[in-house]
Amino acid sequence: MPFQPVKFYQTGTFTVGNRLLAPEERSVQANMQRTNSLNSGHRACQGCGEALGARYAIDAAMNASNRRLIAANATGCLEVFSTPYPETSWQIPWLHSLFGNTAAVATGIAAAMRAKGRRDVRVIAQGGDGGTTDIGFGCLSGMFERNDDVLYICYDNEAYMNTGVQRSSATPPAARTATTMPVGPEPGNVFGQGKNLPQIAMAHNIPYVATATVADLHDLEYKVKKAIGIRGAKYIHIYVPCPLGWGAASHDTIKLARLVKESGLFPVYEAEHGVVTSVSRIRKRVPVEDYLRLQRRFAHLFGKVPAVATIARIQAMADHNIRKFGLIEEGADR
Amino acid sequence: MSLKQCEGSRAVAEAVALCRPEVICAYPISPQTHIVEALGEMVKSGELQPCEFINVESEFAAMSVAIGASAAGARAYTATASQGLLFMVEAVYNAAGLGLPIVMTVANRAIGAPINIWNDHSDSMSQRDCGWIQLFAETNQEALDLHIQAFRLGEELSLPVMVCMDGFILTHAYERVDMPTQAQVDAYLPPFVPRQVLDPDEPVSIGAMVGPEAFTEVRYLAHAKQMQALELIPQHAAEFRKIFARDSGGLVRPYRCEDAETIVVALGSVLGTIKDVVDEMRDEGHKIGVLGVVSFRPFPLAAVRDALQAARRVVVLEKSLAVGIGGIVSTDVRMALSGLPLPTCTVIAGLGGRAITKASLHNLLHQAQRDELEQLTFLDLDGKLIERHLQREKQMRRSGPLAENILRDVGVVAARIA
Repeated sequence: MPFQPVKFYQTGTFTVGNRLLAPEERSVQANMQRTNSLNSGHRACQGCGEALGARYAIDAAMNASNRRLIAANATGCLEVFSTPYPETSWQIPWLHSLFGNTAAVATGIAAAMRAKGRRDVRVIAQGGDGGTTDIGFGCLSGMFERNDDVLYICYDNEAYMNTGVQRSSATPPAARTATTMPVGPEPGNVFGQGKNLPQIAMAHNIPYVATATVADLHDLEYKVKKAIGIRGAKYIHIYVPCPLGWGAASHDTIKLARLVKESGLFPVYEAEHGVVTSVSRIRKRVPVEDYLRLQRRFAHLFGKVPAVATIARIQAMADHNIRKFGLIEEGADR
Repeated sequence: MSLKQCEGSRAVAEAVALCRPEVICAYPISPQTHIVEALGEMVKSGELQPCEFINVESEFAAMSVAIGASAAGARAYTATASQGLLFMVEAVYNAAGLGLPIVMTVANRAIGAPINIWNDHSDSMSQRDCGWIQLFAETNQEALDLHIQAFRLGEELSLPVMVCMDGFILTHAYERVDMPTQAQVDAYLPPFVPRQVLDPDEPVSIGAMVGPEAFTEVRYLAHAKQMQALELIPQHAAEFRKIFARDSGGLVRPYRCEDAETIVVALGSVLGTIKDVVDEMRDEGHKIGVLGVVSFRPFPLAAVRDALQAARRVVVLEKSLAVGIGGIVSTDVRMALSGLPLPTCTVIAGLGGRAITKASLHNLLHQAQRDELEQLTFLDLDGKLIERHLQREKQMRRSGPLAENILRDVGVVAARIA
């Protein structure tokens, strides 16, 4: 089947790769021959981190699997904006079943491929943070436990965006959502709750777990490629800002994804069989405030009387991540 | 012909294996377990291959795995019962909506609370409108045969099929069955050619969102497919007879209905008992017949009307209850009989595994013959127990959980008798 010709945008060295590199070292996304698997013309909001993340991830997976890829998709923004009947933006075999069963559906696809002796075909499951950390958690854990040959990609935008921005178990503390309002003594989402899915995935001892953001394209593509090459259960947690849900500017998507990593709030790392094997070090450390200020969901922290204590608690979380994962080289920075 | 004495579950497992499934998903729930245990053993020993046996973490996952496998072009099978079926409901509807010809055995069992593991039809009846074809087996032989027909029917229509068999009564009963040969099944059941398949060489998007502009049409087509099944089921049964040399399946099965004044309509294994009672009452000179409904969905309105219209009264005996109204099958039967002056009574029987005895049936049918049967009857209902409970409810508004009170009363009654 002919793929839709690539429309090529160059928006900066961090995003689409360096044209000065030798062609074989360029990112998949920088390559004119990329598959454009999630093609343009879909109905995602401007600046949608999830659309961006999915395009990067699926093109990289197509490249790594020699165009032998099947995807299962959970209900959510990605599904809704890409396939309103009778249109589809997917150039790959793609199946949407339900909100909570994507991991199991992918297991079924992988099992069918095994039964048919199709070892060349690779299977991906994708869902948002709600479909992954909440309603789809049981099926995901089952998929991990059986070590099914599936790459599960979670596009984490930290709330239920498709239904109008309600809290999920991936929503960060203090964030305002439609169900965690910025009122009361502890405004926004409460501290100390939530699930750390990459860590939970690691606890299943699956062959590969990684986190990534849409700000670092080479890193994201490298991780998807690596995961596709591994047999067994793989999990990649991609941080994807949501301009609409977060009250952020559409042009700040990449910036936010970079700041969340550089602040230490979202550690970017790889783990194999339950052990962290590499971390992406912070290049230029920033205070969490730089990240928080760009988003209306945290606006209540920056009123006439700034919520200094709350900001400090969030900073403490970032600092904890930095220490725990060794995100800053000893002696550097500070 | 190869006769074999075996458990119903084993017979079904072997029939399923003969259909060459490629993916089987399993989650344990009584009384379904023996079926997937037997299949697991066959896959592990290499007797059944190529086939993937997936132990899942829930029934919801079981149906989801079957959905993925079927969409990827594999013949997929699972089995469940009771709470398990309810737990997978969202995926059950989804499988039908996506047009995936999954075959699933439902080892019929009651639904709690109060928890009860014994047989009635509450579980599969709860899925009346899910879009699956639902076939009810009367015997282990028929359960076995219906599975072979189910794969053929489902794949021809691109619709999932539920084969319902009474939990324990059939699944755990050792009976003699005629086990088909692989050659027979292969002659009857061609390889699965999916309507649409997830294939990297020819990508399709399955499961797109459909808005108000086309949703009604999509649902209508689902209905039209079921209507198509009404034609295919008898054809398949006839073809089945040619290859396997026995009658199995079909839409309905009338027994001594020709000149009957009273006809009992029922589904599943209870038909055997009813037939015995009918024979005995015929000997006494009562003109009674019985109509077994094999295909509950699609419901064969015309066939049921044909079989019943010459009768003087109809008794629908159901092993499930539509709380707040009465019978589930009765509603469909009344629709089949609409316009005919034929009184139709509902009898709720065998709930939660209560035995449906010949004595009770004799009693019931004599009442029916005398036109003394009420519109809605609960067979063998313990009136005293009910009365005591209702009275206590009147005296103490907070009399506690219903089931526990009844259990206490049963204890009191037992003690008094002793």
